[in-house]
Amino acid sequence: MSEKVWIAGGGVISGIGMNLQENLESFKAMQPGMTAMEYLHSVHRNTFPVAEVKADNEQLADLARMPENTSRTALLSLIAAREAWKSTGLADISQYRVGLVSANTVGGMDKTEDFFNTFLSHPQGGRLHQVVNHECGAVTELVADAMGIRHHISTISTACSSAANALMYGARLIRNKIVDIVIAGGTDSLTRFTLNGFNTLMILDQQPCRPFDETRTGLNLGEGAGYVVLVSDSLLAHIHPWARLSGFANANDAYHQTASSPDGTGNYLAMKGALDMAGLQPHHIDYINLHGTGTQNNDVSEGIAINRLFAPHFPAMSSTKSFTGHTLGASGGIEAVYSALALREGIIYPNARFQQQMKELPFAPATTFSTGNDLHHVMSNSFGFGGNCSSLVFSKE
Amino acid sequence: MNIYINGTGCISPQETAQIGPLFATLREYDQVRLSTVDPDYKQWIDLKQIRRMSRVVKMGVGAANLSIEEAGITLPDAIITGTAYGCLDDTGVFLNKLVSQQEEMLTPTAFIQSTHNTVGGQIALLMGCNAYNNTFVHRGFSFEHSLLDAMMILEEGTAKHVLAGGLDEITNYSHQILSRFGIYKKTPVKTMALLNSPDAGTIAGEGAAFFTLSTEKGAHAAAELVGLHTIYKPLWEGEVIGEIVKFLEDHDCTLGDIDLLVTGRNGDIDQDEMYEEVAAALFPEHPEACFKHLCGEYPTAMAFGTWMANRMIAEQDVPAAAMFYGQPPAKLKNVLIYNHHQGTHHSMILLRAC
Repeated sequence: MSEKVWIAGGGVISGIGMNLQENLESFKAMQPGMTAMEYLHSVHRNTFPVAEVKADNEQLADLARMPENTSRTALLSLIAAREAWKSTGLADISQYRVGLVSANTVGGMDKTEDFFNTFLSHPQGGRLHQVVNHECGAVTELVADAMGIRHHISTISTACSSAANALMYGARLIRNKIVDIVIAGGTDSLTRFTLNGFNTLMILDQQPCRPFDETRTGLNLGEGAGYVVLVSDSLLAHIHPWARLSGFANANDAYHQTASSPDGTGNYLAMKGALDMAGLQPHHIDYINLHGTGTQNNDVSEGIAINRLFAPHFPAMSSTKSFTGHTLGASGGIEAVYSALALREGIIYPNARFQQQMKELPFAPATTFSTGNDLHHVMSNSFGFGGNCSSLVFSKE
Repeated sequence: MNIYINGTGCISPQETAQIGPLFATLREYDQVRLSTVDPDYKQWIDLKQIRRMSRVVKMGVGAANLSIEEAGITLPDAIITGTAYGCLDDTGVFLNKLVSQQEEMLTPTAFIQSTHNTVGGQIALLMGCNAYNNTFVHRGFSFEHSLLDAMMILEEGTAKHVLAGGLDEITNYSHQILSRFGIYKKTPVKTMALLNSPDAGTIAGEGAAFFTLSTEKGAHAAAELVGLHTIYKPLWEGEVIGEIVKFLEDHDCTLGDIDLLVTGRNGDIDQDEMYEEVAAALFPEHPEACFKHLCGEYPTAMAFGTWMANRMIAEQDVPAAAMFYGQPPAKLKNVLIYNHHQGTHHSMILLRAC
């Protein structure tokens, strides 16, 4: 049960780039992806900045080689999952026992909300093809079918921690010998449903978000998809691993449906559990990719839990959501790819727009991009609604 | 390693939340949409919260509590939920207001409760459980993957008691939309006539069933969860038949060892063809019981079927209402449950009396 699970590659599409290389360039150039809404049609388009993938559905459908009326969530997913697979150099997918474990929070909601415009005025109204892929699992199957994956296909939805749980489950499928390779991560496109939902919670910032800054007032939503390719130790000779998924843990805050407990109980348990599985002490961690949404509540709970666990030796930390926005079901996947790449290239990602130290915390995030750092172990945090908290630890070897 | 079903809980269109012999008072329907028979939720949830909770959350919390109560524990070491549709009611409420109010003056409650992990989160919150918590939302495999996750956790030895289950609700919107896909019968059909109905379409159902699993046999354990297998989009019947044979072999079981076959026949003449093929090829002389005429068709109906099979083993009896073919067997040692949802998601579970 402790077989090594390697990260053989990764792919990302987000508000800061159509592929991983473009994402990296945006970090180097300190160019976050938040802009006024261009592709999502909402009455709030001039109120809330969002980090949209900079392409319309026609362009994404071309890239994905899928019909244009496909849910944007599936288009993003397929583009990133294909990039992830391609990066491994493993060639023909049908030669292996491969699983796809993908997370998302609202499935094909982007099409369902269009359907409801007509359906609500007339029960026979609205075209059924707009709801045929409403279910979260339907989005995953569109991608699995397009890539020829059959051995194990699953979908996880635990709000903002969804994709981190997809990696954990994927790694365990490998350790339990159910498959040898798992493409694991998540996807979510922007929808009016989520935008308005977060607006009712009054946690959307009308300015670009400021994670871990004293003046933060909320998050910006983003969209995208991110996948790593998890590979069993038995196939190590076939790959050039970026990193190893050495530890992970999932805990529940059991405090409130949407808010984190003030002392970050779930956050602490997840981080501690992941370190324990990896057999590491807190001081071994060289960089934390923070959950760091930019809400008052998240950043203080996460920060207090980090303080409790890591003091007095704090690793470098940053929230890449200051560039990508909060991509919800995709975030744990996107940030897993960033974390694995961080180990391969020695990257510490910048936390954009950080200016003022949070008074509750003794540490501050990194603010500049750097590469060539000597990193051995990286942690990635994903915490969410329903009290679901997950942490992943990636190791160089 | 043996995995025991130490406790179960089920809320369904039958009176399954009651203590007493299985289907002692059968609920017979003459309609195409079945709803759960609700127990008194006040025993688990305070009144103020009950009013705000959607039905799917309540049935999940209820079935989860029934399950741990029977297992004699108060706090599981993991909570795993499977739901294909998630919280449809709150999703519909929020969507409706979003569209009809043009994105203005919305309130957060429905949105908060619309996320797919609301049920798992609420169970954890009400039990005060900080342990592992996960939610699978993969169509006709949602329940199966929650069970698989539970089995892996027990194999890994990181938890002692795992609570896993499957649930889905029907709403007016979902029923209207699914009906337009032609899934359901055009005219009402009686419960006990459904499985022999001569045309296409089935009846819609809903419900929740949870299982408390452990490697240590509990006082009320009647069966072991021996194995679980899923097949995604099989190319033809032969693939399913071959996989069932292999599945039984993997668990050192022959066709002759199976005392009862439980299938997910749903009265749709096209979809039931697969069960005919499987029964004819592998189990021509075996007694067969069914469950979807009792609970309706939905993506996590296998949870009801598994619950029912476990109860049959506990009572060593197959109620007449569930028998489809042959005579009730004298003993129930090995029970194979085979189900498919929409022809695309096939699953099988092997239970063994313990």
